[in-house]
Amino acid sequence: MNLLKRIFSKLNIVEQCKKYNISLWQCPQFLFLVMGMIIVVSSLTAYAFGTRYIEDPLTVALIIQLLAGVLLTMATIITRSFERLAEANRLKSEFISVVSHQLRSPLSNLKWTIELLTSGKLGKIEEKQVEYFKIIRENSNRMHELVSDLLTVSRIESAKLPFKKQEFSMQELVDNLIIEYKPLASASNVEVIFKKVDDLPKASSDPSRIKLVMENLLDNAIRYVNEKGKVEIKLSQENNNIRFSVKDNGVGIPEKDKKYIFQKFFRSENVLRHQTKGSGLGLYISKAIIKKAKGKIGFQSEESKGSTFWFIIPIN
Amino acid sequence: MKTILFIEDESALQKTVGEILKQEGYEIISALDGRVGLKLAQRKTPDLILLDLILPKLNGFEVLKKLKENSETKNIPVIVLTNLEGIEDIDKAIELGAQSYLVKAQYELKELVEKVKKILNE
Repeated sequence: MNLLKRIFSKLNIVEQCKKYNISLWQCPQFLFLVMGMIIVVSSLTAYAFGTRYIEDPLTVALIIQLLAGVLLTMATIITRSFERLAEANRLKSEFISVVSHQLRSPLSNLKWTIELLTSGKLGKIEEKQVEYFKIIRENSNRMHELVSDLLTVSRIESAKLPFKKQEFSMQELVDNLIIEYKPLASASNVEVIFKKVDDLPKASSDPSRIKLVMENLLDNAIRYVNEKGKVEIKLSQENNNIRFSVKDNGVGIPEKDKKYIFQKFFRSENVLRHQTKGSGLGLYISKAIIKKAKGKIGFQSEESKGSTFWFIIPIN
Repeated sequence: MKTILFIEDESALQKTVGEILKQEGYEIISALDGRVGLKLAQRKTPDLILLDLILPKLNGFEVLKKLKENSETKNIPVIVLTNLEGIEDIDKAIELGAQSYLVKAQYELKELVEKVKKILNE
């Protein structure tokens, strides 16, 4: 019974292919199955046509053999190359994961040592030095965040992102979010408005992951805004979902970049002009989280006018 | 004065964490590998053990297991201090008897100190 179950799960192509984290049409096992079926169908067709128009059965057999042989060779070549693609993808993810883990240790050592130094507990820091210690700390934090993002990405790609479901209030999450982002908002001269909604039902998902998505979207909204920015956060109920949206009057997204927005490491050109630091992984990670939460994420944007990023997650 | 045994192979952390805990008034015993760590735990019976998981000679999980098997050391609270954040590792450490599991990258130094003080004051 167990053996049968194991055989069946091995044959469950869709599940096998999900492990590679690529689409079905790029998955070697699935393609081989498809090619196999094409071979069978073409052989039968060749047989049907052959016996109709050709007298000698041996010739028909030969034609079918040749046809099957050619198709089989093609199938092998195609699936081998996709197999190599999937393997390369997996090795790349593994590499990123290993390197990120290795980087974590020296970076967290740095973080704590800098914290100790700047705490003043090892002696007073000279006026002149304070600024430079700040630079060290900020850059160490940047590296730290990048490595964390990379680890999250590699976990997403190997489908090992832990997701603990529970009931929580989106309202509370947003309230905390706004408090957390107050310093950044005021430093960037951006006004953050949140219109509370009464009687919003509780959402059922992983609150720490959803919070990460909210942080990403709010962070982007604040950073990509010019002078006198205004960011509006809205929460609402849409049928059986809760909708979260962040609207900004910032630089917007150029039309040609729109389809790449959720891709890994993508930074729009006009972002580079505005010199914001970031790994380009925030939206990729956000999309993966919302997908795992069985929700949807999207945006509307007009260059120089602003953007609205939104996501919906189911209530239960 | 309460004593803390710090089992960690990174000398940078031995220095940094050691220094701040010393300033808080604790005596710090350092071990740079799992085997020495275990020996010192048995010999000195500290009030708290800070344990890294990736260690030379004997890894943190093994050290934890042996600490909890030994009647002299099994009641010493252990805080696991590591950068491994997989759920399997966390579960394993808690199952083996760790009181707390802190992922270094997710905590500030002062938060670690708070945690230590809290456990030692219980």
